[in-house]
Formats: sequence, structure tokens, C-alpha cells
Amino acid sequence: MKKICLTVVGLYIGLFAAFSQSNTDSSYRSRKLKIEEINLVSSYYHQEGDHAAVTGGIGSQKLTDFSNSLEVKLIRYDRANRKQTWSADIGLDHYTSASSDKIDPKSVSSASYADTRIYPSFSFSRENEKKGTEWGAGLSYSGEYDYTSIGASIHGSKKTANKMGELTVKGQVYLDQISLIYPIELRDGNSTDPLKRGGDSRNSYSLAMSWSQIINQRFQLAFLLDLVQQQGYLSLPFNRVYFTDGTVHVERLPDSRFKVPLGFRANYFAGDRLVLRSYYRYYFDNWGLTAHTASLETSVKISPFFSVSPFYRFYQQTGVDYFEPYLTHTPGKDFYTSNFDLSKFTSHFFGSGIRLAPPKGVFGIQHFNSLELRYGHYSRSNTLQSNIVSVHLKWK
Amino acid sequence: MIKKIGLGLLLLTGTSSCQVVKEFQKNRLNDAEMILANRKIEKTELSFQSYREGASGANAGKSGGGCGCN
Repeated sequence: MKKICLTVVGLYIGLFAAFSQSNTDSSYRSRKLKIEEINLVSSYYHQEGDHAAVTGGIGSQKLTDFSNSLEVKLIRYDRANRKQTWSADIGLDHYTSASSDKIDPKSVSSASYADTRIYPSFSFSRENEKKGTEWGAGLSYSGEYDYTSIGASIHGSKKTANKMGELTVKGQVYLDQISLIYPIELRDGNSTDPLKRGGDSRNSYSLAMSWSQIINQRFQLAFLLDLVQQQGYLSLPFNRVYFTDGTVHVERLPDSRFKVPLGFRANYFAGDRLVLRSYYRYYFDNWGLTAHTASLETSVKISPFFSVSPFYRFYQQTGVDYFEPYLTHTPGKDFYTSNFDLSKFTSHFFGSGIRLAPPKGVFGIQHFNSLELRYGHYSRSNTLQSNIVSVHLKWK
Repeated sequence: MIKKIGLGLLLLTGTSSCQVVKEFQKNRLNDAEMILANRKIEKTELSFQSYREGASGANAGKSGGGCGCN
């Protein structure tokens, strides 16, 4: 009897061990590159306003933009079981702008009335889940009729020993080239300004740091700090400025700008159905602009697979030192602009989104992981109003 | 204003003592809507805000490049 009992116990331990073995095997991860997810984001944006910078701070700001971006993310595990992520993203924007058409108002509909921007990017990252470290690098390009931008980035992150906190540091460089297209009346010697011809450069260097911290099972937050230095031609050559003496000039801004945005995020999962996402940012730069941004989004989970997310964002900025509206700049200044994007204003942005992520896939299509729709209305205190509709489809 | 915000943050982090959360306890933290970054669907919103407003950055996005001319 004892022998039988021992045999049964032995068999049980053997079976247990066998399952333990199979569990160990199941941790094997594919070294082949496979698609992790595909994301398609499309948006339609429309704005109206009465302070176009091209016409010196007066005139229509009517603009529509249709943008699409497709991202393919691939992953594999290397021999040391480190996760490698390869990502390729391509974006395509097509816009029409009433104010751009006023660079040459004599033309019925000039080439500047519409433009297309294409912006591919590639990135690679390698994560060591055991050590809690990650590093990565990326390359990007953006091209439109009068502007090209080449970007490169590197980043690294390290989690704390208990994996509750994480420090991320990212360095980015953008090397931009701008074609100097002046308003028609200021071209080819029509102006006394010593204007440059051809093209010019604008370079941006940024160091972004963030610390994210898990507080408990429902609460996590992040502190963000960017240090950004821009150098080169930071004006826009087709923005007019009308002085008090009636003369017209091209916008002129300093060739260096140092920006410091400081941000804070806090997300809280309340109960089983409510997610609160909050964000605050304080910004200042050496052009005299300071700004506060605060936003709150509440995602209400109607079911585990369907949520509704109303949101509100408040923004307030002081103007840059060089801003004056139409016909108020006095001659003799070194720098001047009538671009209302750099003026003092407050703005409100609100709307709602819905997210659908059923376990069997959207519309029963297994790999169609989630569908999101979002609408927002933007209202600025200096007449600009806009609406945006976005859709995000995710395959996984 | 900044001092008040700083004090608020200190109070918030000071009063909420951090608990060690195991991997299997992170189901709420790993929820798609709990991500500590902008969501992909916000991509164009961030782009137009960076064009239409003087401030940008501190949102784990791009801090330069592109035109912003319209």
C-alpha cells in the first residue's frame, strides 16, 4: 500500500514538474520579427478667424487640413531575451489655406493655396525587461513645398529596482531648410529691407527628461521637462507687418529662441469604470512668452470594451515682446511681428471621444483590435475657431 | 502661481505614499486609457496646437521641426 501511495505521490510530483517544465518553455519568445501592431490615424481639421499673419494681422485665417498617418510596429526578441521594437511611420497632410493665397493676392488661386506635406520616420528600441532598461534611436523627414526638415533622436530609460519609477532622457535634433518666399510686393528690390534671397536654415536641439512614478494600483504620475534651443531663421518670410507710417515689412524675429516647458501628468483609475487623465504645463521662453496649459479627460467605461471620454483643455499665454497688431508697430525696432499665434490670448478646447475594443475584434474581425473616434472644438479669444475630427484604427 | 502648483505637487506626492505594485496587480495601470502620454488619436490635435499657440513641448512629442506657417 505504501508503495502505491509513494508511486502516486511520485507520479504527482513528476506531473507537477512536467507542467513546471512546460511553463518554463512557454516563456520562450520568438526571435523572428513579427508585426506587433498597425495604427492608422486620420484627421480632418477646419479653422476660421480674422487675423491672418500673411496679411499683417487682418484677413481670413480659413484653413482645412486632412492628415493621415500609418504606423507599423514590429518586434522580436534577441538571444539575450531583450525586446527589439522596429517602427516605421508615414504621414501625409494635405491643406488648403486662404491666407497663404495672399502671398500673391493678384493671382486667382496660386500654388501656395494648397500644399501637401509628407513625413516618414523610423525608430528602433531595445528593452531589457529584466534590468528595466531601454535605449533607442530614430530618424525622421518632413517635406513640403517651401520647407524640409530632417530629424534624429536618441533616448534611454531606466526603471527603479522595484519597477515603480522610471527615468527617461531623450535628445532630438531637427535640421530644417526654409525657402524664402516673400510677399509679392516685397520681392526683387521692391523693398528697402536688406532681405535675404533663396533659402535659410532653422535648427532645433532639445533635451527631454521625464520621471514617471507608480503611486499605487490605481494612480500613476509623470513629471516632464524639455530644454529646447532653436537657432537660425525663426521668422516666416511671407508674414507681413504694417507699421504706423503705412510701410509694409516682412516679419522679423530674433535668430535664437530658448524654450522651457515643464509638465505634469496624473492618471487615476476610480472604481471600475472611471479613468481620470490630467495634465498641466508651465512654459516660458526668452522671447517673453509664458503660458499655462491644463487639461482633464474622463474616460467612462460603459462596458469593459466600450468607453466614452469627454475632455476639456484650457490654455493661456502672454504675447511675445515683439508682437503688435496691424498698423501699430513703430519704425526703428529690431524685431516685429503681427502673428496672432504669438499674441496674448486664452483658448478653450473641448469635445469627446469613444473607444471600442471588443475581445473578438471590432466588427468581429479578430485582428481589428480597437476603433477610436474623437471630436474637438477649439475657441481662441482673438476670433480663431476650429473643429477637428479624428479616427484611430488599430490592428494587433 | 508656480509656488502654489509646486506645493500642491509636493502635497500630492507626499501624502500618497508609494506602494510596491506587483506585475499581476497592474491591470488598471496597464489599461489603454491610463497611458502616461498622449494617445495616438491626439496626434493632429497636438500638431495644430503647436502651430496655433506659442508654447509647445513637455508632452513626450516632437519639440521642433516642421513649419507651422499656416
